[in-house]
Amino acid sequence: MNSRKHIIKRLLKTLFEFFPVMMPLVIVCILFNAVVSSIPSVFMQNIIAVVEQNWQSGDWSAVSGQILRLVSILVTFYVLSLIAGFAYNQMMAVITQGFLMKLREKMFSTMEKLPIRYFDTHNHGDIMSYYTNDIDTLRQMISQSIPQLMISAVTVITVLSIMLYYSLWLTILILCGVVVMLLATKKVGGSSARFFLAQQKTIGKTEGFIEEMMNGQKVIKVFNHEEESKKAFDEINNQLFKDAESANRFANMLMPILANIGNVLYVIVALTGGTLLLTGAPNVSISGMAFSISIVVPFLNMTKQFCGNISQVSNQVNSVVMALAGADRIFTLLDEVPETDEGYVTLVNAKEVNGEIMECADRTGMWAWKHPHKADGTVTYTKLAGDVRLFDVDFGYTPNKIVLHNITLYAKPGQKVAFVGATGAGKTTITNLLNRFYDIADGKIRYDGININKIKKADLRRSMGIVLQDTNLFTGTVMDNIRYGKLEATDDECIQAAKLAGAHDFITRLPEGYNTMISGTQDNLSQGQRQLISIARAAVADPPVMILDEATSSIDTRTEAIVQRGMDALMVGRTVFVIAHRLSTVQNSDVIMVLEYGRIIERGDHQSLIAEKGKYYQLYTGAFELE
Amino acid sequence: MIKKLMGSIREYKSASLKAPLFVSMEVVMECIIPFIIARLVNQIKAGCGLDVIAKYGALLIVMAALSLTFGAVAGSYCATAACGFAKNLRKDMFYNIQTYSFENIDRFSTSSLVTRLTTDVMNVQLAYMMIVRTAIRCPLMLVFSFCMAFLMGGRMGLIFLVVIPILAVGLGLVIRKTMPLFKRVFKKYDNLNSSIQENIKGIRVVKAFVREDYEEKKFASAAQDVCNDFTRAERILALNNPMMQFCMYTVMSFVLSFGSYTIITTRGLALDVGQFSSLLTYSFQILSSLMMLSMVFVMITMASESAQRIVEVLEEKSTLADPENPVREIPDGSIDFDHVSFKYSAKAEKMALANIDLHIRSGETIGIIGGTGSSKTSLIQLISRLYDATEGVVRVGGRDVREYELETLRDMVAVVLQKNVLFSGTIKENLRWGNKDATDEELVEACRLAQADEFISQFPEGYDTYIEQGGTNVSGGQKQRLCIARALLKKPKILILDDSTSAVDTKTDALIRKAFREFLPETTKIIIAQRISSVQDADRILVMDKGTVQAVGTHEELLKSNEIYQEVYTSQNKAGDDNE
Repeated sequence: MNSRKHIIKRLLKTLFEFFPVMMPLVIVCILFNAVVSSIPSVFMQNIIAVVEQNWQSGDWSAVSGQILRLVSILVTFYVLSLIAGFAYNQMMAVITQGFLMKLREKMFSTMEKLPIRYFDTHNHGDIMSYYTNDIDTLRQMISQSIPQLMISAVTVITVLSIMLYYSLWLTILILCGVVVMLLATKKVGGSSARFFLAQQKTIGKTEGFIEEMMNGQKVIKVFNHEEESKKAFDEINNQLFKDAESANRFANMLMPILANIGNVLYVIVALTGGTLLLTGAPNVSISGMAFSISIVVPFLNMTKQFCGNISQVSNQVNSVVMALAGADRIFTLLDEVPETDEGYVTLVNAKEVNGEIMECADRTGMWAWKHPHKADGTVTYTKLAGDVRLFDVDFGYTPNKIVLHNITLYAKPGQKVAFVGATGAGKTTITNLLNRFYDIADGKIRYDGININKIKKADLRRSMGIVLQDTNLFTGTVMDNIRYGKLEATDDECIQAAKLAGAHDFITRLPEGYNTMISGTQDNLSQGQRQLISIARAAVADPPVMILDEATSSIDTRTEAIVQRGMDALMVGRTVFVIAHRLSTVQNSDVIMVLEYGRIIERGDHQSLIAEKGKYYQLYTGAFELE
Repeated sequence: MIKKLMGSIREYKSASLKAPLFVSMEVVMECIIPFIIARLVNQIKAGCGLDVIAKYGALLIVMAALSLTFGAVAGSYCATAACGFAKNLRKDMFYNIQTYSFENIDRFSTSSLVTRLTTDVMNVQLAYMMIVRTAIRCPLMLVFSFCMAFLMGGRMGLIFLVVIPILAVGLGLVIRKTMPLFKRVFKKYDNLNSSIQENIKGIRVVKAFVREDYEEKKFASAAQDVCNDFTRAERILALNNPMMQFCMYTVMSFVLSFGSYTIITTRGLALDVGQFSSLLTYSFQILSSLMMLSMVFVMITMASESAQRIVEVLEEKSTLADPENPVREIPDGSIDFDHVSFKYSAKAEKMALANIDLHIRSGETIGIIGGTGSSKTSLIQLISRLYDATEGVVRVGGRDVREYELETLRDMVAVVLQKNVLFSGTIKENLRWGNKDATDEELVEACRLAQADEFISQFPEGYDTYIEQGGTNVSGGQKQRLCIARALLKKPKILILDDSTSAVDTKTDALIRKAFREFLPETTKIIIAQRISSVQDADRILVMDKGTVQAVGTHEELLKSNEIYQEVYTSQNKAGDDNE
């Protein structure tokens, strides 16, 4: 955890960064409001003093001028205060919401740029809570605590100077009272804040627990495990209750404690003032006034105001402490290192003129790699073909645990390359390397003869379509989801792709056809239907290289055969990588790689592998092993 | 709704009552203290002696001490009441969810249940705390201050009769304007968060299609939309403060000018100086309690949405219940479907299963094959009464499943669900879901049958390996095998595998089936699969299509006679048969 001071500084800096004009303006308004709001009490005292001096005279006309003048000054300040108050309240509403939005956007765009590794190594619920719990803690702090603290600071200073104007002794007395109040805040408020932080943590834990249980609710039912899950829930629920109770208890007690310290202070001031008055002790003050009733009475009122302000400040302790913890977590997200990209080879539209490849602005359907050579300043163009070669590739998710060893393979344009092997053999890992979700540790990957490290990641990925086992559709219509593959695709193109993917049939049977709304998490689509849509999504992108990672695992084999026919038509002349545990999915591949413990142990087409009578043969016959 | 919620107060009733009681005592003190102070000020002004001041001082300190005690005690009770109420609400919801049938569960999404149990309860807790603290405090304060103001100021107190309606109307308008806005924007806010969730889950897709910028733009516009609505609502809400100030200033100006006039013209008869300054204090109190009241009101309105969502969960009644005199013994593993039809909801037009008539002997192995959406899963869910048949009767061991105690039935009919989950905890803990008293030997034995023992023993910590939430640290095939082992530990009479070996390689799959055959000959086994190889050695195979059993027979029979089966078979063995 960063130091609090550091977080406050950064938070304020961010505020000013987001609102370079409005922030100073709102501060001016708040300060102005605070000043003009604390002045009227002086004039109020003056009016009371005038009345006191003259009330026995019964002559209104003698003092009316004086009083009316004071009242009109008072009203002027009131009006100013109202204007400033209105202005800063409105601005604060805009700033608070604007700040939260901009922060959210910044978090989101930072997150989108993070490497896959981040998502693979962080709990998704945790990432989510940056956007919910942590952001929420900032709302109160910005909209209430900051203005409150500023107003109170100003009021305390003004009141303090007025006090000094009247009497030093009494001021010192009040300052002693303030010290006591601050100590009480530190003790009680500190405990409260500590429990609130604990509560925040327990909430996170509870959320995780509930989510897990709700996800597995059907399993709980099947195993008659209701009583056990209730028991586990009670435990965590009681913990949450304890933390919340302690946090709120201390928070609730703080106010009465401070208010009554204020009351006691009031009494002490009255007693001291009375004593000084009676004993005729000498006064020390800026005004040089001697002790009199007109000092003690206003002083008592100011004591009240002063203590009120201190309590207001103390009351913000919880929200500030929680907001700082939230901000700290948010800043860690913002400080994550984004995915780097040193690639400089880009993908451009091209045409062939006299056998030479030229760059052009229009879409030609032909693409080329634009490869600038730093050494001599020339640029060469290579046609995008989809030729992928791996040379002695080693890789490990962590440096000390290599999961792929010496992978060498050539995939020529138009070829279908399949990976089979047990789970954990490294099939998916290879595809993670092709589009550089992860970078290889050793060896080389060449794409159309170019080292993929030199290719801009965006262009590399654009040239590869990928269909994953976990389909991950996004909220929107079916059409939107297919179009995700190619944003400028027409409806016809999308429907065409859906037909290729064998998805058209069931889509037309959905309540609203292609306009049926679906979401990422829950709807009536089966896993198989989702896979069909995600195949259509990749098909519409029409990339030269396609990676199908268990893309048809939830589709029954009859439908799969239909999909495959469509895909084969689509993929003529294109390179396809297929990962499947179902051998029927990979049988018609040009090359099948059998992986075991991160090594390719066999390679060849179906016939030759069967003839080889090795692992593949075993797998294949194993499927038909009757006894 | 309120009655339903109040049912969760229970043991915190006394705290809920004591809190306002102590609050009201605190309020009494808070109101009397300025009154005494006003007297003291007057005494000082009149030039009283120190003894009088000391007497007042002592009184005040005693009262402050009392007020502090009352306040602290009230605060403490209040915390207990609100947090306890929240705890009970969570508990009641969670417990009720445990009684839900599959049908009930289908009605709520996981994320909505999580929100209801956490955020919504927190909102209600906060509102409850506010109610307990201010429900008595504000009105009491208001009435008291009001009386005092009249007592002190006489006719001048009438100013409040002018100001308060203005303020009330203003606050009312603000609430009326903002409420619908807030309601709308909270929905949008939920959507925004669920789109973040989608992005986190689908980050591979986003990156594979290079849609980071597109997603950012989409997010930015959604965030902007939420921000605009929130800002509009908050700006209206931000009128509260200046409005309140305006009223206060009006009162102050009036009291100061008119008060001075009254004092001087009547020579302090109608109003004296002490009363004058207390009047100002009470004015302030009146307006601030009004302000507080309006804030509480806003909060309650906002929490009522949450309360509504909580009550929905509490009021949902399980659609399945134990019969009155449940049977607790299941004789054997035979299963009969007598003209069974089934649909998921009463409103659905089409039957998911239509007129199924099927009889399975105890100990038989049945394979089920069929395309996506052919209702294979629906069929087997009726056996352990995860759903009830709409028409017809499902029998297990010769008795209608509705006659059994649910727990017995589900213990004896083990279903390995298609969408299965492991829970965070060690492998052992997960396995013991099947039988909490299982010995280590029994665990190992079940895992051997499910072909899980081999990979488990390869883990450095073996059976004590910790499974992460959702089972993310084991592969799909390993997860499926663990789920099978877990079900085996029940020692069921009927074992149902709903596409439970799809991620297991064919060889292991065959080994599992072999183990079943050898070691569980008495158990009725139903295997749903996509792969022909998973079912071809079954005693009988059902071919399902569009909610009906299209054909029944052995592998050889079906291969000869059934078109669908043939198609499925060739699609899986194409390359092997003809040289493509």
